[in-house]
Amino acid sequence: MSDVSKLNKPWALMPRLSRSQNKKISLWAASIILPLFGILVFLALWALAAQKIDTSLGKFPGPIAVVSQFSALYGEHQAERVKADAFYLRQDKRNAERLVKDPNYVVKIRNYTGKESFLDQIVTSLITVMSGFFVAAILAIPLGIAIGLNKPLNMAFNPIIQIFKPVSPLAWLPLVTMVVSAVYVSDDPLVSKAFLNSMITVSLCSIWPMVINTAIGVSTIEQDLKNVSRVLRLSTYMHIKKIVLPSSIPMIFTGMRLSLGVAWMVLIAAEMLAQSPGLGKFVWDEFQNGSSESLARIMAAVIVIGFIGFLLDKGMLKLQQLVSWDKAKGIT
Amino acid sequence: MNSLRKCKAVFTTAMISTLLSSAILSTVVMAEPLGYPEKEELKFGFIKLTDMAPIAIAYENGYFEDEGLYVTIEAQANWKVLLDGVIDGRLDGAHMLAGQPLAATMGYGTKAKIVTPFSMDLNGNAITVSNSIWEQMKVNIPKQADGKPVHPIKADALKPVVDKYRDQGKAFNMGMVFPVSTHNYELRYWLAAGGIHPGFYAPHKGDTSGKLDAEVLLSVTPPPQMPSTLEAGTIYGYCVGEPWNQQAVFKNIGVPVVTDYEIWKNNPEKVFGLSESFIKKYPNTTIRLTRALIRAAYWLDENNNANRAKAVKILSQSNYVGADYEVIANSMEGTFEYEKGDKRQAPDFNVFFRYNATYPYYSDAIWYLTQMRRWGQISEDKSDAWYKDLASQVYRPDIYQKAANSLVKDKLMKASDFPDFTKLDGYRAPQKHFIDNIVYDGRTPNKYINKFAIGLKQGDKI
Repeated sequence: MSDVSKLNKPWALMPRLSRSQNKKISLWAASIILPLFGILVFLALWALAAQKIDTSLGKFPGPIAVVSQFSALYGEHQAERVKADAFYLRQDKRNAERLVKDPNYVVKIRNYTGKESFLDQIVTSLITVMSGFFVAAILAIPLGIAIGLNKPLNMAFNPIIQIFKPVSPLAWLPLVTMVVSAVYVSDDPLVSKAFLNSMITVSLCSIWPMVINTAIGVSTIEQDLKNVSRVLRLSTYMHIKKIVLPSSIPMIFTGMRLSLGVAWMVLIAAEMLAQSPGLGKFVWDEFQNGSSESLARIMAAVIVIGFIGFLLDKGMLKLQQLVSWDKAKGIT
Repeated sequence: MNSLRKCKAVFTTAMISTLLSSAILSTVVMAEPLGYPEKEELKFGFIKLTDMAPIAIAYENGYFEDEGLYVTIEAQANWKVLLDGVIDGRLDGAHMLAGQPLAATMGYGTKAKIVTPFSMDLNGNAITVSNSIWEQMKVNIPKQADGKPVHPIKADALKPVVDKYRDQGKAFNMGMVFPVSTHNYELRYWLAAGGIHPGFYAPHKGDTSGKLDAEVLLSVTPPPQMPSTLEAGTIYGYCVGEPWNQQAVFKNIGVPVVTDYEIWKNNPEKVFGLSESFIKKYPNTTIRLTRALIRAAYWLDENNNANRAKAVKILSQSNYVGADYEVIANSMEGTFEYEKGDKRQAPDFNVFFRYNATYPYYSDAIWYLTQMRRWGQISEDKSDAWYKDLASQVYRPDIYQKAANSLVKDKLMKASDFPDFTKLDGYRAPQKHFIDNIVYDGRTPNKYINKFAIGLKQGDKI
């Protein structure tokens, strides 16, 4: 109806279009300008406040000190790369010398033993958080589906989930450490114990949002769909595959997104305490160093941690939108 | 009777000759070239203190690589984490407090057999008090002609302050780094020498807080957190290694009052700890890493501390000690700053190689054991033989000797750099240079304990 009326009065179409275009442009401008404004105000406040705070390690670092630390950290990264290359050259030479004297020697190239640069530590943290998150997901989603489908099971498990959900990683870590060191004994371990410790702690803390959201997603499937499944006499496996999974995917991904956020937060604390390499350890080491640059370096790490957390969340959101059949439902 | 005595004499000579021949035999075995390391990739732990220097230098100067060892060095959060790391194998070896391998082998705390073939340094600690305590103490300290306090400052000057706090019903808290740390014993020694009771331990009653009868309450704080804990007012003073005393001077939050060099001249400090299973499984690796550490310690003291500036530069890197260059340099380059501006010569504040610093003397181990007994960590009387036996289980001069001999043979070092091993029995000559002038002889630990006015004596039990 309305389309026809628009066609009849073309003048009516023009201003409306331009109005919505205007709206788009102003929205677009606002989405750039307002955050930029927010950041600028924050930087100014930060710079002002920093000057006022005197710590025993000197003034609290302002934005400029932190930026200069970013370039210093990058410089250290490059210097470390040069040292690593020299290390491998020396090693090759030493191996060759030994082969001459000891022909039976099986040459093995050992990894660089120097310190991990800031960039290396970022990568290590990402690997740890992702492995912890995937372990949690592999356990949580089937568990969530089982609980969601089965009322009695849900009631049985619910108290356990409710009790373990709010436990801080710091409480789990000592237990994990002792268990890992007792159970994981190997002469040539595939992964280091420190890595396992923080990974398992991450899993333990990030498993719960996924379990709960999956269970809710599964248990709130529309009755119509359940009826369809019943009419078609689908087997349990087909029921899960064709009915349960597709309709609970949005909730499962909501849970995964929450979990990844938890995992990233937990990881920093776990690395700090377990002394496993990564950003958490970087922060802790700098705190221990107590040099005049320490605070600026910690602040640099804080910004990087926040930025990576933001990217992880955005990544999960994109994934969620991709796999979700109902694009509009429950995604913000 | 006579014949029996003769019999005994013959037996003794036989014993001695067997011992001698086995000694000769072992030197013959020694002459064989040192084999390749069984384990090449190693991970060593340390705490951020300047006395970890031999490990950092052995890495940076390539001494580890010269031995075919690929070593990763990792800072640890605290002494407990570090010890657990060596026990459970996460770490192959570590910079340890001399008391740690002894206590672990004895079963005080976590029980595990830890040994040491290498003593890492002498001295290097100090006791710091907060600015306000210093102001109250200062009036009790005699002054030199130039108006500066006379050193060494004894705890006698602190006693009136502690008494005042106690009269007001306030607890006088001080920090040290670990229950079996050098710092705990040094702080206790200094306090007790000034008539202040630091408190007893009673592990047999489950009391491991060390505060029974205490006039000053000692608690554990990891070294790097000492300055911030002092600043927060949780403790009024602490005993810790460098750079955390100089840090207090730089940050204007406290004043170092006495160095451990003044409490006991050239006292043994950190050791390099390895688990017994490690040295059994990897004998060549053990000798090789000891060789690298000996070379590093030698380099640190070479030509009258000529390399110290270079060493400080390395230590100030964020992956090692990481404090500012100036802070570390303050104590490493032969001086020590007490009250701000009161910088005094202290060429032996950090000793890494001189005075046979690296040789693991049994008598050094026994001194720590006597202090554990004195403060009740060893709750029951032990015989002199027990002290000797435990010391020889933990301290392994035999490994040190093999490493030293092979360094001499490879012409990396001279025989004159080392003590004459044929004349050593593992005991230093009786040591006199204590702040309270009590003489220590490692051969008679029980007699030594009985000399102290404050502390458990032979026969005492809490």
